[in-house]
Amino acid sequence: MKLSRKDILDMESLSVDEITLILDTADKMREISERPIKKVPILRGKTVVLFFYEPSTRTRTSFDIAAKRLSADSLSLSASSSSMVKGETLIDTGRNLEAMKPDVIVIRHTSAGAPHLLAKMLKSPVINAGDGMHAHPTQSLLDLMTVRENKGRISGIRIAIIGDISHSRVARSNSIGFTKMGADVVLSGPPTMIPKGIETLGVSVTHNMEEAICDADVIMMLRIQKERQQHFLFPSEREYSKIYGLTNAKLKKAKDDVLIMHPGPINRGVEIAYDVADGPYSIILEQVTNGVAVRMALLYLVTGGTRNADGD
Amino acid sequence: MLTVIKGGRVIDPGNLDDILDIVIEDGNIVEIKQNALAGDDNKKSKIIDASGKIVAPGLIDMHVHLRDPGYEYKETIETGSLAAAFGGFTAICCMPNTNPVNDCRQVTEYIIKKAAKADIVRVYPVAAISKGLKGDRLCDYGELKDAGAIAVSDDGNPVRNSQLMRRALEYSSRFNLPVISHCEDFDLVSDGAMNEGAVATKMGLSGIPNAAESIMVLRDIALCELTGVPVHIAHVSTRESVRAIRDAKKRGVPVTAETAPHYFSLTDASIKDYNTNNKMNPPLRTEQDREAICQGLADGTIDAIATDHAPHSLIEKAVEFDQAANGIIGLETAVPLGLKLVEAGIIDITDLIEKMSKNPARILGLKTGLEIGKTADITIIDPEISYCIDADRFQSLSRNTPFDGWDVKGRAVLTMVGGKIVYQDQ
Repeated sequence: MKLSRKDILDMESLSVDEITLILDTADKMREISERPIKKVPILRGKTVVLFFYEPSTRTRTSFDIAAKRLSADSLSLSASSSSMVKGETLIDTGRNLEAMKPDVIVIRHTSAGAPHLLAKMLKSPVINAGDGMHAHPTQSLLDLMTVRENKGRISGIRIAIIGDISHSRVARSNSIGFTKMGADVVLSGPPTMIPKGIETLGVSVTHNMEEAICDADVIMMLRIQKERQQHFLFPSEREYSKIYGLTNAKLKKAKDDVLIMHPGPINRGVEIAYDVADGPYSIILEQVTNGVAVRMALLYLVTGGTRNADGD
Repeated sequence: MLTVIKGGRVIDPGNLDDILDIVIEDGNIVEIKQNALAGDDNKKSKIIDASGKIVAPGLIDMHVHLRDPGYEYKETIETGSLAAAFGGFTAICCMPNTNPVNDCRQVTEYIIKKAAKADIVRVYPVAAISKGLKGDRLCDYGELKDAGAIAVSDDGNPVRNSQLMRRALEYSSRFNLPVISHCEDFDLVSDGAMNEGAVATKMGLSGIPNAAESIMVLRDIALCELTGVPVHIAHVSTRESVRAIRDAKKRGVPVTAETAPHYFSLTDASIKDYNTNNKMNPPLRTEQDREAICQGLADGTIDAIATDHAPHSLIEKAVEFDQAANGIIGLETAVPLGLKLVEAGIIDITDLIEKMSKNPARILGLKTGLEIGKTADITIIDPEISYCIDADRFQSLSRNTPFDGWDVKGRAVLTMVGGKIVYQDQ
């Protein structure tokens, strides 16, 4: 089976079959990272541009490692090293990049819809590595992969996503991704951090964190940004962590086999207690490992690869 | 020479509605009757056949941005005037947020001079309420009035300081300069890029709540009551604003209001694929708001339809949605969109003409109408002609419209200013 789309822009546009194809391919890719020689030649001679208009360490590193494990040549561009600081528009930057014949453009941008604008203008495949508050499809795919691996399924599980839902592209993409794959999604956070109309994504909302976690199979904590205090979204970190931080005490109400996830970077002691982040239920580092596999799968699939990678 | 507009349905709201001929001489209406000049003088007259068409007093768009001076790559006074003529408008009021801002005699006179040179439609400059639109000092209204300003507005910016707004109302009344208010609470808008709600949430864009508009509408109504001076509310987009204005009018508060065609034609659900031609301020709202706007037009709460014609080039529009400039052009699509309201039975054709001509004239203190002795500013509308809107054929320098490709019915086929035909459909 082949992926028949040019771009990976958001979870909304991916079908259940496409998501399954990506996850199955990623499962195979994961093994490559376990080998002593972590490199296969399937993208040899391909160029992957990592265009990060917004700072990111983990996602960019993850894409970079993914590209290198497949033998692609990858290069990173940040906003400060690109002409965008000189006033060049996104479309012009994209066209100039394309003129150098890359095979895939990975973009992260502060504006929602920026990857869509780029994808419309360019012939090269575009992978969205996070756009504003809109979408982070590769994060959602790696989260789906991690849950499937640990629970054996996605359908029928209940996942609680807790924190600043308003500003989170991870929450949006996972609300759509998990719901699409048959999971039950409950969102929780203070009323100031729940965006209007989020229920239309097919999720439920509660402002009471204990209620959200009591039946959850998976608890996903979101990073709280200190700057949000200036916008009156929460009064203090102290109060936030008391009400919405995940502690062992709160975990007592959760299921025995609950899994704790976090897209990172984590604020220990704020949204997640120190010992919970490192505790037995945490699969946070597994997410990071799977991130590489998912991105390998995507780079492979958007450049025309089929599911049976070994035979390529 | 005489010009005779023959056989059209002549509608002058509250005055005339009949199949009549209009005779024009030296730029003025000299006769309105059936079968005018049936006999001898026929040869010396220019005859315009208006049968099957609607003959209306010249349409007035009381809210446009001509971008001149300062942003002539988006629009000029000449191209904006042409767009107006092609859209059926005989007069337009241009907002002061140019560069430099129209807050002094020199800029007002510049606009009037350039409009006279273009010699297409009547251009009435709206001057600023506050110096530089900054909201900290009143402009010299006496001088601005003398230079030819028709009203004052800080359009594009709200007047945040309630005391300044109060004094602007009081002081402007001495010069009969109407005050047009752009109602927006910047703090509530924050970094909002579109209407707050499910669509914005899904698209990952910050939302602008309805209250960001209505809170200021309510303030201005309160100041209107306090001072007794009329306030005109620009570009009403929310159901809460409509309700506030309706309630105020019931109490006898001298508030008037306008809305723009996009607020009764589109909702935030039309914002597909981050298309920036759906981005304007105030933003497209929900279906409930759209219905409330229609209701407000139907019951007279909303007095006028004005386009808020806001030209922008691709430089401002072919960019990320949250970075894109606000505004769409409207002069050349207002009549067909207005006629959709008539076709849907929300208002009748007389109401439409009232809201696009009579009421703007009343609010601004202009004398128009189809009466003997009055200047011949006339718009002829063919309500039946079906076509597809093609932005490439617009006279405006800009193309930022969400209505490109829409199948519509009806448009202006002739625009006459002071007896002179400034546009005629070929």
